[in-house]
Amino acid sequence: MRSDGSQSAPLSLKAAAACGLLFLHLPLLLIFVYAFTTEEKSFVWPPPGLTTQWFAVTWNRPDVWQALSLSVRVAAISTLIALILGTLCSAAVSRTKFFGRETVSLLVILPIALPGIITGIALRSAFSLADIPFSFRTIVLGHATFCVVVVYNNAVARFRRTSGSMIEASMDLGADGFQTFRHVVLPNIATALLAGGMLAFALSFDEVIVTTFTAGQQQTLPIWMLEELIRPRQRPVTNVVAMVVVLVTLLPILAAYYLTRDGDQIAGAGK
Amino acid sequence: MTSAVSFKQVSRHFGSVRAVDAVDLEIAPGEFFAMLGPSGSGKTTCLRLIAGFGQPSSGSISIFGERAEGVPPYRRNVNTVFQDYALFPHLSVLDNVAYGLMVKGVGKAGRHRAAEEALSLVRLPGYGARRPGQLSGGQRQRVALARALVNQPKVLLLDEPLGALDLKLRENMQEELKSLQKALGITFVFVTHDQGEALSMADRVAVFNDGRIMQIGTPEDIYQRPKTRFVADFVGSSNVLPPDFVQRYSGQHRWASLRPESIRVARAASGEGVAARLVGTNYLGATTRLALDADGLQLHAIVPAGTPLPDDGEAVILTFNRESLHLMDEPA
Repeated sequence: MRSDGSQSAPLSLKAAAACGLLFLHLPLLLIFVYAFTTEEKSFVWPPPGLTTQWFAVTWNRPDVWQALSLSVRVAAISTLIALILGTLCSAAVSRTKFFGRETVSLLVILPIALPGIITGIALRSAFSLADIPFSFRTIVLGHATFCVVVVYNNAVARFRRTSGSMIEASMDLGADGFQTFRHVVLPNIATALLAGGMLAFALSFDEVIVTTFTAGQQQTLPIWMLEELIRPRQRPVTNVVAMVVVLVTLLPILAAYYLTRDGDQIAGAGK
Repeated sequence: MTSAVSFKQVSRHFGSVRAVDAVDLEIAPGEFFAMLGPSGSGKTTCLRLIAGFGQPSSGSISIFGERAEGVPPYRRNVNTVFQDYALFPHLSVLDNVAYGLMVKGVGKAGRHRAAEEALSLVRLPGYGARRPGQLSGGQRQRVALARALVNQPKVLLLDEPLGALDLKLRENMQEELKSLQKALGITFVFVTHDQGEALSMADRVAVFNDGRIMQIGTPEDIYQRPKTRFVADFVGSSNVLPPDFVQRYSGQHRWASLRPESIRVARAASGEGVAARLVGTNYLGATTRLALDADGLQLHAIVPAGTPLPDDGEAVILTFNRESLHLMDEPA
């Protein structure tokens, strides 16, 4: 019955839901609060005093900037690689039929289904075997393996929803391959690519495990934070950085969510 | 005069499947040509070969005298109205129609003016600002038509264009397409599995089966004088009579077809004619279709509504004029 849906849930259920949400999000809040604490050696509850000095301290620490810049560069380049490869791969899988198509589809998704530690170990042994020194490039390659999956999944879903004869119609009307891609394919998959790209960026930005195995001396932001936890000085700096990371990853994910939601309506409208 | 479309021994194989098998075809300029056949008979593959989606495995195709093999779809002066219309959902109706001119580099004002004209032609003036998603099926179909016609193609290909429309709309569109084709003088090539549609619209019809053309002719030819059992059965559901039966009435040992409306049914136990039993009646509105069993041979007859009918299972005598028996080329 329709009225059942509008009736409010029993109090016990509401309380349970609230507890669950608190359990999930209270620790996040704690991290935010500790970013303002005056105690720098250990985390004490309640904070003995509140200050914003750690923001200035963080701002002036070069190691934070180095790690942040490395993370941003790694995420940006991995996302770019993923966008190109993921789109091409999804186009091939959804537009054409060829021997081993299902296998390719499975193999592309595998890196994200596998535990990161397996991917990490596998990449590390492969890189050492090939005598490739661990560097910025190896981190990017490692991240690209799982970023491709995200872009691929988004793009393949969109390709499936767009009518195949649209591409034929475009060519029929006189557009060559490039014009068809620019005027028909790209506008139809753009929001899916944007969403996939943002998710890929966010995934890469807070990746720890694969990075541990593929990095040399470089520290990405998450790695830097792990190291920082062991050291007993200027602890709240880590919390300030954590806040920034939460915001930097949360906003793209939210944006991606809204973009694909609207995209569904646009892509479905032609059917 | 050069043909609008010419097929010479064209075959198209997909693996071991012969989708199109040694087809010869000449379509005259300005003709309204229908390709009729059941699904999988090769008619759509032929259409796609004209459009340039796929190349013949052997044989040659020319369009207005120019060899078409190897010419990509975007360099052919041929446009298609797709079965699912294939409108671009991200563009307005006006930009959909103007698309072909846009990719050819026509300026915005020029192509929008042409697109407006094309929309008026299909009786959708003022719909340019809408999105395809906001239109009904019939309107989308008109947009697809305008989008193709705006390019002034030499040949317009229509792939089951009326398949998705309801009956009333389909009948209106049939008339409209027909008059549009007359007014524009463009060669229309039209694929359909609906024999009524092919017969009512086309100047000539090619009947396809198993990748081959069974018969090409005017609708009257196809309907009145089918050459093979398949054509007789598929186009207008003629009675197909086996050679032994035909010999008794025409003296010739050949397959023949007999139109259901040519059979007269009389309620009688014996007499001059074919003794049969009525096994079922099917009310069709203006007519009634009778299923008959003449000593194991299944026949059907169509009589005007209101004719007094025998009861199911009753014995009847069937008569028909010798001239309405059409002898077919098919070997006995």
